[in-house]
Amino acid sequence: MRQDQGVSPALDSGAVSPSFPTAPASAASPAPKAQAPSVQDSGHLPPSGLRRFVDLHLQELVVTAVALALVLFFTVDSPYFFTSANAEALAAFIAPIAFFALAEVPILILGEIDLSVGEVYVLSPFVVEYFNNHGVPLALAIVLTLLVCAGIGWFNGLVTFKLHIPSFITTLGVTFALEGIILISSNGAPANPVGSGTLVLWLGGAVWAETYWALAILLLLHVMLRRTTFGLHTVAVGGNSESARESGIKVDYTKIWCFVLCAFIGGLIGILDGYHIGSIDPDTPGLTFTFYGIAAAVIGGTALTGGRGTMIGATIGSIVLGILEDGFHVISVSSFAYDLILGIAILVAMILNVQIERASVRGAGHGSFARVLEATFGRRRKVEMRQ
Amino acid sequence: MMSKVETTDRVESRDLSGADDVLRIEDIAMSFGPVTALRSVDLHLRRGEILGLVGDNGAGKSTLVKILTGFYKPDHGRIYMEGKEVRFRSVQEARHHGIETVFQDLALVDELSVYHNLFLNREYTGGGWFRFLKNKSMREAARQYLSEIDVDVPSVDVPVAKLSGGQRQAIAVARATQEKGIKILLLDEPLAAMGAKETSLIIQLVKSLCRQTDISVIVIDHNYTHLFEICDRVNVIQQGRVTLDKNLSDITLEELIELMVQSYRREISQSAPGTVTEVSVEANVEMTVATHRVQDTERLATPTTTLKEAPE
Repeated sequence: MRQDQGVSPALDSGAVSPSFPTAPASAASPAPKAQAPSVQDSGHLPPSGLRRFVDLHLQELVVTAVALALVLFFTVDSPYFFTSANAEALAAFIAPIAFFALAEVPILILGEIDLSVGEVYVLSPFVVEYFNNHGVPLALAIVLTLLVCAGIGWFNGLVTFKLHIPSFITTLGVTFALEGIILISSNGAPANPVGSGTLVLWLGGAVWAETYWALAILLLLHVMLRRTTFGLHTVAVGGNSESARESGIKVDYTKIWCFVLCAFIGGLIGILDGYHIGSIDPDTPGLTFTFYGIAAAVIGGTALTGGRGTMIGATIGSIVLGILEDGFHVISVSSFAYDLILGIAILVAMILNVQIERASVRGAGHGSFARVLEATFGRRRKVEMRQ
Repeated sequence: MMSKVETTDRVESRDLSGADDVLRIEDIAMSFGPVTALRSVDLHLRRGEILGLVGDNGAGKSTLVKILTGFYKPDHGRIYMEGKEVRFRSVQEARHHGIETVFQDLALVDELSVYHNLFLNREYTGGGWFRFLKNKSMREAARQYLSEIDVDVPSVDVPVAKLSGGQRQAIAVARATQEKGIKILLLDEPLAAMGAKETSLIIQLVKSLCRQTDISVIVIDHNYTHLFEICDRVNVIQQGRVTLDKNLSDITLEELIELMVQSYRREISQSAPGTVTEVSVEANVEMTVATHRVQDTERLATPTTTLKEAPE
């Protein structure tokens, strides 16, 4: 990290560093001493490299700590958890959740929601099958399928932003419509995904294929969100769409493309998972998968109110959920308990997120866990910032 | 891109004959259905000048600003920029002619860093179609520009949400003025709802911008004390017309307030004859003047006191 030169050398004492006992990286970061008050109008201390890293990525660090704690717990509790055999199973739990979380993050940053991505996931292998059965070669069928899925996203975006329907309603309608289409066309009967050979191995047939795909998509989306104009505009639109519009950003264009991207990824997961599992089931609860993804993103610090969220955070959130799910299997706890804990985790994360957002005047930057810590240990900073 | 900042002082080269006008408005009128917002406005703005625009709510200030920004098209009248007649059919066209506006909502995105806000939708990009952000050069340029115009933020990397109201206003002004080819800066109540310390910060910023660059400024503000600190000249708009155009060296704060109160008094006696006595109006005048004086003293004495909005 770069050491910030700062425009103002003289600073007020407003930024008394909060200490975060649970965040691993903060242990190494010495709390900067409060500096002498000055007349300069600055509300915040320009942080050193490490401090800024902790500041910006607090949510991720905290969730990482939770993940590590879970790993430790399951390792101590069961000799089977920390084994290479279990690593495979773990990856199979994490990858699908991560996909959905990654697909949802840009939408959630916009302050919107896409419920239909799970149903697109269920649909896409059937579309591949349909094209293939009509004589389209497998590779082309997959490309066409992905285009169809992107088209569904485009429809979602168009209806939502051109006809001014809340995205929740649009995508809810599309979810049920897609479910109907799948059930009608498949007659409700499970099928085997079409094709075989190297392509299928690449597309999820191989054990680690899904994980590699997840990592690749994580990398691509992370770069897109953090390093491209499109990503910056997405955050701007989600943060304050009126300001974005006044700056000349094409707000609707940005939003619609996020929906296209989400549905495209949904279609891709469907194909990958179809080949990974080896069968495709029209009764797969797509909506549940969507919500797993949203839950992971929220636990990873994405705000449903828009303007905030990272791909890394969403991935770590998925890892936490994956470890929980896998760990419960390993230590033979009923998977019912998993749902209970998932529910509680989401509620706690969201309640804290909202409560602390309301409590702090303008404390943007972190997600829920980090906010608790900031509220607990960093109160002095906020009080002084208000002056 | 950054605008080139000249360090030379152009104040003495100012031409008072009107040939140096960067903007001239003639006979602008505009109505909204039955409501006439502007009857016939003539106004001019010299290069490097700070012009204050005062008037009651509904006098037509905002309409005028929105015409200059390209939001509204006037019913008739002409706008000249540097001697040439111009027409703004859209906000983009007004911008293209070098008119930048800072509205009250500032159009900042709280979640984004200072430098991303400064360059929002004007990002430095590379990588062709992908339009990768050149964060490093944007950060550097932002830092350099902010220090050039003496805007003091803790770091260009902090989210705008963490800045004070004055700093946010300063960033909004900086964003408008770093635009290449800016000639006129419109400030719509830049000092409303701002603490005294922050007010002086913005006043300093606008003044130094005008001293260092070729930018001319139009400021709308309800607080005449502020206007007297910031402006070279003041225009009063009443009932859709410019009723007063004076250099601030030719008028005192009390005279300006008295002028505004006179019309207020007239309005009251016309709308409700007999219900308001002359005494209470006089008291009102006294209070208005006193409030301004007190605010002025307070601001100088205790820099943390928040100024109240001046009564209209």
